[in-house]
Amino acid sequence: MTLQNTKRFDDVRPGETLPELAIPITVGLVTGGAIATRDYFPGHHDLNAAQALGSPHIFMNILTTNGLVQRYVEEWAGPEARFASLKIKLGAPNYPGDSMTFNGAVTGLDAATRTVEITLSGKNSMGNHVTGTVALVLP
Amino acid sequence: MADSQLLTDVRALVGREYGRVYAWDEVNAPMIRQWCEIMGVDNPLYTDPAFAATSVQDGLVAPPAMLQVWCMEGFHLNNYAPGSTTENPYEVLKLIESYGYASVVAVNSELTFERNLRPGEKLYYTTRLDSVGDEKTTGLGTGFFVTLVMNYFVEHKSGDEAVGQLLFRVFKFRPANNHTPQEAPTKVEAAPAVKRPKPGMSDDTRFFWEGCDAGKLLIQRCTQCQTLRHPPAPVCIECHSFDWDSVQASGRASLYSFVIMHYPEVAPFDHPNPIGLIELEEGVRLVAGLTGVKRDELSIGQPLQLEFQTFDGELTLPMFRPVVE
Repeated sequence: MTLQNTKRFDDVRPGETLPELAIPITVGLVTGGAIATRDYFPGHHDLNAAQALGSPHIFMNILTTNGLVQRYVEEWAGPEARFASLKIKLGAPNYPGDSMTFNGAVTGLDAATRTVEITLSGKNSMGNHVTGTVALVLP
Repeated sequence: MADSQLLTDVRALVGREYGRVYAWDEVNAPMIRQWCEIMGVDNPLYTDPAFAATSVQDGLVAPPAMLQVWCMEGFHLNNYAPGSTTENPYEVLKLIESYGYASVVAVNSELTFERNLRPGEKLYYTTRLDSVGDEKTTGLGTGFFVTLVMNYFVEHKSGDEAVGQLLFRVFKFRPANNHTPQEAPTKVEAAPAVKRPKPGMSDDTRFFWEGCDAGKLLIQRCTQCQTLRHPPAPVCIECHSFDWDSVQASGRASLYSFVIMHYPEVAPFDHPNPIGLIELEEGVRLVAGLTGVKRDELSIGQPLQLEFQTFDGELTLPMFRPVVE
């Protein structure tokens, strides 16, 4: 990543789509993501505890989902895009062995504040794990 | 209907502000680096001081999605950093739960950011119970949408600065498929067991369902050109004749295609729910439930055998089971 890679507001077009990004859901990502976000809820790292809760496997925590959403949008926008908001709705859980594929598009442009709105979804084999919008301020 | 005392008690809490919850650690490089590593975030603004110094940020900043991370309690439950409130911002959930709404699921997380955080900054947040909706029934069950708003601040000698906000909404509910009577303070009638939906029946399809009741899988046949057709229809697809009778299928079939329904989980169907597109040896296909199957043992073309199953004591359906060779 270099600074030159940052999108300029004037170069973004309404309806422009973001490149698809598939993220394998692994035990390492679910547990590592939970710990990196200081979330020690047993359902995120302990298989027996997750199954006692009625889940087939440990499941990804929300803070990891937020991190992956940031990554997806940031890889498209570049390092100097400033996040103004990151709003998500949660759906089907992310279990290890599955894969989540992000898709997104530009759904709003505000020239006065140089803000771009991205609407995105992260879909796994059961349906949407996450849908939402991210507002970015671009140079 | 929700208990009126519950509604009164819940409404009394709405708008309540809860005290500060402090961060254990200031915003710091090691936690940022580990977070970036696991998330796969490679923006050097978060980890490379030399790069960050040349950017518009003029130095390292923290990933915005880490906002909540700084104030988490960590490994020991409810072990918040010194100085934090001892009030429970989630007390409304316990209150609702005491009325028999045992389950909870997160619905929305909405982060807004005033600015990026920098290493060395110390955070705290306060919580407000923003709203509790009316009792609603969703696919999951019946309960309440509860919205909490956390406001995040950075401490400064000259006065604290708002840096971000989290709107967090959960659904606190009584599961739809929970048939065990709740020990709630009010009388709760056990929900009637969910039955299989019955097929719509018309003059064109009645023979098929009556055949099922008699343990026969009947396929429509054109009496003019002998073409078989399924699903039932009034007109022959080949010769357009309205004249038809039916033949009984042998029950020998093969798997033409299939799907396993994992989500959503719908009562009273098996979960996961395997559904086949079945090719009968007579040459027509029908959609039917698969029984006695394991996902990793299903293969296209495998032989299947018809088996009638009766549900709820009143609905007989053709199902297909793999043939053990």
